[in-house]
Amino acid sequence: MATKASRSAARLMISPAVLLLLGWMLVPLSLTIYFSFLRYNLITPGANPFVGWENYYWFLTDPSFKAAMVNTLLLVGGVLLITVAGGILFALLLDQPMWGQGIIRIMAISPFFVMPTVSGLVWKNMFMNPVNGIFGHLAQALNVQPIDFFSQIPLLSIILIVSWQWLPFATLILLTALQSLDQEQLEAAEMDGAGAFSRFFHIMLPHLARAITVVILIQTIFLLSIFAEILVTTNGGPGVSTTNLTYLIYVSSLLQFDVGMGSAGGVLAIILANIVAIFLMRMIGKNLDA
Amino acid sequence: MARGVTISRKSVNTIAAGVLGLLMFFPVLWIVILSFKTEGDAIKAPLEILFGTGWTTESYGTVQARSDYFKHFSNSLIISLGSTFLGLLIAVPAAWSMAFVPAKRTKDVLMWMLSTKMLPPVGVLVPIYLIFRDLGILDTRSGLVIVLMLINLPIIIWMLYTYFREIPGEILEAARMDGATLREEVVHVLIPMAIPGMASTVLLNIILAWNEAFWTLNLTAAKAAPLTAFIASYSSPEGLFYAKLSAASVMAIAPILMMGWFSQKQLVRGLTFGAVK
Repeated sequence: MATKASRSAARLMISPAVLLLLGWMLVPLSLTIYFSFLRYNLITPGANPFVGWENYYWFLTDPSFKAAMVNTLLLVGGVLLITVAGGILFALLLDQPMWGQGIIRIMAISPFFVMPTVSGLVWKNMFMNPVNGIFGHLAQALNVQPIDFFSQIPLLSIILIVSWQWLPFATLILLTALQSLDQEQLEAAEMDGAGAFSRFFHIMLPHLARAITVVILIQTIFLLSIFAEILVTTNGGPGVSTTNLTYLIYVSSLLQFDVGMGSAGGVLAIILANIVAIFLMRMIGKNLDA
Repeated sequence: MARGVTISRKSVNTIAAGVLGLLMFFPVLWIVILSFKTEGDAIKAPLEILFGTGWTTESYGTVQARSDYFKHFSNSLIISLGSTFLGLLIAVPAAWSMAFVPAKRTKDVLMWMLSTKMLPPVGVLVPIYLIFRDLGILDTRSGLVIVLMLINLPIIIWMLYTYFREIPGEILEAARMDGATLREEVVHVLIPMAIPGMASTVLLNIILAWNEAFWTLNLTAAKAAPLTAFIASYSSPEGLFYAKLSAASVMAIAPILMMGWFSQKQLVRGLTFGAVK
């Protein structure tokens, strides 16, 4: 049905979007790569000489880089573990017959809509503060030593806050996938004598496998860029114990004004994200053919 | 459902899910409660706060008086609405043509658009910051509208594309055969069928833009700071501030929370790019 005229009209309609995204991708990306080879600090004006791989060398050999990589992996891995396991449990539970399912689901997914700065500050002050927070009061009531979350277990505290935000996302997606499961298949298995356990492992889990992969990949993309929660709670500290790669790059570019170093870090972050993105794109692409 | 469900099993499910739902929702509930307390009461023990203290709305007044809350609120409103509708303006024709006049490369174009979304923001922080500085649009609402429009454009196009593709092409052909002009075809057939999908797309993108906290924190100072950045200023407070932080937070999340409740289903489709429906 597509005529030559409608094809060229179509091309005209799509071009603003393509040009904008092309510009958004190419201009800053090539600038980041270009800056990463310059000695370029905003505090010391003057020539910005080409220094080759120097920025990369200093960024990679900086001890805080190693710490940031470990923190990034722990943060992403920890949150994934909690949200995927919790999400499966939540989704299974919410899929059961019950009263007030709508309102319960609304309550369970609400954290996802809370802006990151609010959830960071609310958890830090109203819950995790050892003196005035709820956990502190709870410890007092039980007569045990309250935990000083952000000095004793800073990274774990951030993992918990971020998990609270992302558990609804995993729950909602897994629930959607679960609801598309063929009920008759489950009933048939039950009649054949399959217990709840084997029904879960042999029918539900394989059915969920795809949705779980999607959850893992999409969350990883977002979790690699966790920033606001760290900024408002710990500022990356104590020391660098909650500094992830995103935060480290922010510190060197906007706090230390080291454009060259920040850009070298940026290139590394892009490479890291791309490794995950390739897998995600492949999955989504497959779906597009179907 | 062929399987009978006993009342007792249904009750157990309800209680278990209800407790979990309430636990997840509790932090939100708690700041609503604290926002109606005085600063002195807000740091007391939880049971005392619930049963032993009075209620007041003074924190809401203080937040507005001290920090011009509504300026930040309107910044958030302008930035999220502006970026969403600007994005829609660019995305509708693009999604439209890909859904109805698919070419050989349509799939590649879609995948490439998606790949721009995978770019970590921090990877382009430095150049964007410097470009904004040189153009003089640091800390302006229009600057943020542009950036948020660009980062959400792939999602808008993808969502619209999946919705448009569900509109059967035969209906359009039938309208054309009945002698409808292109204008009539668009106004009377396409738009009515596309409106629900477009509405969901708008809703989800307003939510995403409202809560975006990387660019809004890094590209604003005082003038254009939306609520995300305003709330962040409570990370270095003076004196007692729990009630004020609660009041400010409640006002910042309430509108978007309600929108979120209405767009649960679209959220799945939008954020998984159609991979889970």
